[in-house]
Amino acid sequence: MATLRTPPGASEAGTGTDSSAAPGRPAGPAAAGLPLAGGGSIAGARSVRRMARAITANRKATVGAALLLLFTLVAAFPGVIAHDDPNAQIYTRLLPVSSRHLLGTTALGQDMFAQLVYGTRPVLLIAIGVGLLATVVAMLIGVAAAYLGGAWDGTLNVLTDVLLVIPLFPLLIIIGSYLHGAGTSVMIAVIALTGWSYTARQLRAQALSLRDRDFLNAAKVRGERPLYVICVEIIPTMTSLLVAAFLTNALYAVLFSSSLQFIGLGDPNVTSWGTMLYWAENNEAFQVAPLWIIAPGLCIIALGGAFALLNYAFDEIGNPALRPVRRRRTRARTVTTPVARGRPSV
Amino acid sequence: MSSAPGEGFEDGGPGDTTGSVLEVRDLSVEYIMERGTILAVDAVSFDLAAGEFLGIVGESGCGKSTLLFAIAQLLVPPAEVTGGSVTFKGRNMVGLTDRDMASIRWKNLSVVMQSAMNALNPVKSIGSQFADAMQAHGVRSKTEIADRSAEVLRMVGIDPIHLKSYPHQLSGGMRQRSMIAMALLFTPDLVIMDEPTSALDVVAQRSLMVQIKELQEQLGFAIIFVTHDMSLVRHFSNRLMVMYAGVIAEFGATGQVFDSPQHPYSIGLMEAFPSIRGPRVPLTGIPGSPPNLAKIPPGCRFAPRCPKAFARCEVEPPELYQVNGTLVRCFLHEGQARSHD
Amino acid sequence: MTDPALHDGQPTPATGSVASNGAGPLLRTEGLTRHFKIGRTMSRRTLHAVDDVSLDIGEQEIVALVGESGSGKSTVARLLAKLYKPTSGEIYFQGKPLSAVRGRRAVLRYRGDVPMVFQDPFASFNPVFRVFHGIMRCLKLHRPELSAQQRREEAERVFTAVGLTPAADVLQRFPHELSGGQRQRVGFAQALAMRPRLILADEPVSMLDVSIRIGLLNVMAGLRDDQGVSILYITHDIASARYVADRLIVMYAGHIAETGPTEEVLSRPKHPYTQLLLSAVPDPRAPLGVGAETDRGEPPKVIDPAPGCRFRWRCPLAIDECHQVTPPLRELLPEHSVACHVARADAETQAFR
Repeated sequence: MATLRTPPGASEAGTGTDSSAAPGRPAGPAAAGLPLAGGGSIAGARSVRRMARAITANRKATVGAALLLLFTLVAAFPGVIAHDDPNAQIYTRLLPVSSRHLLGTTALGQDMFAQLVYGTRPVLLIAIGVGLLATVVAMLIGVAAAYLGGAWDGTLNVLTDVLLVIPLFPLLIIIGSYLHGAGTSVMIAVIALTGWSYTARQLRAQALSLRDRDFLNAAKVRGERPLYVICVEIIPTMTSLLVAAFLTNALYAVLFSSSLQFIGLGDPNVTSWGTMLYWAENNEAFQVAPLWIIAPGLCIIALGGAFALLNYAFDEIGNPALRPVRRRRTRARTVTTPVARGRPSV
Repeated sequence: MSSAPGEGFEDGGPGDTTGSVLEVRDLSVEYIMERGTILAVDAVSFDLAAGEFLGIVGESGCGKSTLLFAIAQLLVPPAEVTGGSVTFKGRNMVGLTDRDMASIRWKNLSVVMQSAMNALNPVKSIGSQFADAMQAHGVRSKTEIADRSAEVLRMVGIDPIHLKSYPHQLSGGMRQRSMIAMALLFTPDLVIMDEPTSALDVVAQRSLMVQIKELQEQLGFAIIFVTHDMSLVRHFSNRLMVMYAGVIAEFGATGQVFDSPQHPYSIGLMEAFPSIRGPRVPLTGIPGSPPNLAKIPPGCRFAPRCPKAFARCEVEPPELYQVNGTLVRCFLHEGQARSHD
Repeated sequence: MTDPALHDGQPTPATGSVASNGAGPLLRTEGLTRHFKIGRTMSRRTLHAVDDVSLDIGEQEIVALVGESGSGKSTVARLLAKLYKPTSGEIYFQGKPLSAVRGRRAVLRYRGDVPMVFQDPFASFNPVFRVFHGIMRCLKLHRPELSAQQRREEAERVFTAVGLTPAADVLQRFPHELSGGQRQRVGFAQALAMRPRLILADEPVSMLDVSIRIGLLNVMAGLRDDQGVSILYITHDIASARYVADRLIVMYAGHIAETGPTEEVLSRPKHPYTQLLLSAVPDPRAPLGVGAETDRGEPPKVIDPAPGCRFRWRCPLAIDECHQVTPPLRELLPEHSVACHVARADAETQAFR
């Protein structure tokens, strides 16, 4: 569910000189009954390979993807890594790090390592859930506002702006306090439905810039309906921005959900990093068991960082102008005239 | 050997003998990328005399803009000069540091870009951009800046009151002219122009060309003018260079190249212009498209599209041969004179 | 070209011109006007992009609409393509007013009869899809009677007709794998697939290399001769207009300045602006004339204009009347109309040489 299925950098106007990564499958064209000749109407397998190559080529992407993969594996198979029940309060309290308890035990007698490992899944679920939901909502609202224009644009803009102006975290606190112990799905819904406004703005701006592109006019002139144009023509060309929106929303979901859980608005019975911090704070962990705070804190940073790194990386992959200029290793090459090798040309 | 940074130089340094302002020898430029290397300019050589107007003509992908940028030392990675030299007033510019280039730039060599809207800063007035340029070269006195700015604007036919205007307040033609004015601030020896008229309408294009020619005759600078529309430079340039796929196809006096083109590509190009005034005849253009520069075919680069190609053209690349003072890269003219390097 | 399945025989209205079965023009506009509101929401300023344009296009002919930037030529094309609605005036297609074309079926039929080819070969294709996506959509929308197999064959047929061979191979490519010239040919092929009566070509060759342009222009002439299609060729390049067009319409600042058969207008230009245009066109074969170098003017942005000829500021022959009365388009010579107070049928009024 979480794997990034669309590659970045489907450049809006194929200039022909830059070989943009072949784009992936857009949402729903098969429904339009297009004949998918051999190989698919849009490159499928080829694009996945391209994307994999793009990721390994970019350092930031590799690190980010590796971290994300690690966390996904931990979330998927926690039992393989941690053999204790995270919730069982059966151990001696506040034991230090040892080979039996890799991170020691908490003030409640739980194995901290098991807590950490099992706590990965809720966080990841929330991150990806919010990422998807917020992005979809932002996309629908942003693109509709841009394409339909006029009164629609005005109304949707007001809606977006109101949400943008309200400080998000206090709003979440207020909502959270009414919900008394928000479990995972509630958390996803709340964060997504308050946080979509930022990326909606971005997507609207992008869609606006596309609106007068000739290929949209060409679609209109050949008789396509507006809904078709939005779904089949506009959205697939925005894949890189949609991926970026997803990553941004996921990142903020990690931070916000952990923060909410930390101040006690999450479900204290669900084991996740944020709740670990909550219990740790309640038990003055700084004095007695600092690892109880540091470990989940580092994990939050790592997961958030993974999303952030991937975000930067996809920016660079999509827009070659942003790539860091690395000095090329000079290769032995026959040069007819000796050239003064100062710095590379400006 | 290099002069102190910050100084331009007034006269040719050591090595300047002939009064030629620019000597390009075997200049090669490659785009070096992970998926391969593209040879955009392949060993191009030419001389430019002081005050000469050289037109470089070619279609997309021929390397003319890359050549221009290489001469002006404006290439950015992945493009790189991989061979040859560019000697400006006796001094090789290839491999110069930024600081050394900075002393030459604008004082002795300036550049006019294709689109003024891209080259001018949209949030600064024209006058402040002129001031920027002058201050960057050590002119401090406000009166001197104001006087010179007004003077160059008048030279291009713009009322100096527009020093206060922002680029978007000027019309397209005026913007291009102010770009040219900026290029002339220090009366350089060489002005390089990359399709400066292509964003303009036909009437504005014409008047800008005439203006450029007048300024050149007045101030005596040399011009390298790159365009895809050869008819534009017909009446203005002294010599014409036709480029194709990174190499020179034909190079000679403008009138001669126009009236009796020798290279099949030049001939084809000449005939691809429908005429306003002559008889209305069906034309054919040049079938096919330029070669992929990542995989240059052996032999003559134009052979796949050439109506006069024969067997040798496909295996062996021709050199430049002399025909009545014009250089032609074609085996059809090999026997005429010694090959020119 | 008349396929009964596509053109239902609706009775022609009593008013308006006769339907085109040889008796009237294919497309006719009357007083076509389009204004744009500019400035902030509170401002009342309007940009007069197109004002009072009356033109007609016949069967199997190529009409060139020539003008510089701001002349309104692209806006006219978009009005004819039903991308904009006219502020006033009317467009008659086959005798029927376009404002009466409402409802999805009727609009779709019109779009199939009058398709548009765009200027930018890079931007007019969605880079995400292969080339056959566009043409298959065209066929699905406009030729629903065809089966999938027939659609494939038809796609290959029109691709071959515009010189894209091997058709099956080109259909499988992505737009960025084709050259600019090939992409423009695809544009024409898509238009052709809809069995049009009139193709609106908005500067189709301006962004192509010179040696490729001729190929496209020949394709256009071929469409007229072999497929019987009319083409409205919009361009700023008068030389290419001469090469391919039967009739010429010159626009300036939203108005029609001059119109007539191509050779006639070019050999005896009556409107000073046409003369200026001709003198400015670089022709490598002609010596450099003493043209309009002194003219520094550029076409104006027409915002809330006063009446009068819009060329008067640049015209050396302007008289008082030019500043007060907008010159109407009147027929000076057979089929040769000019909108100018000083133009004369007989005398030489040479403003620019």
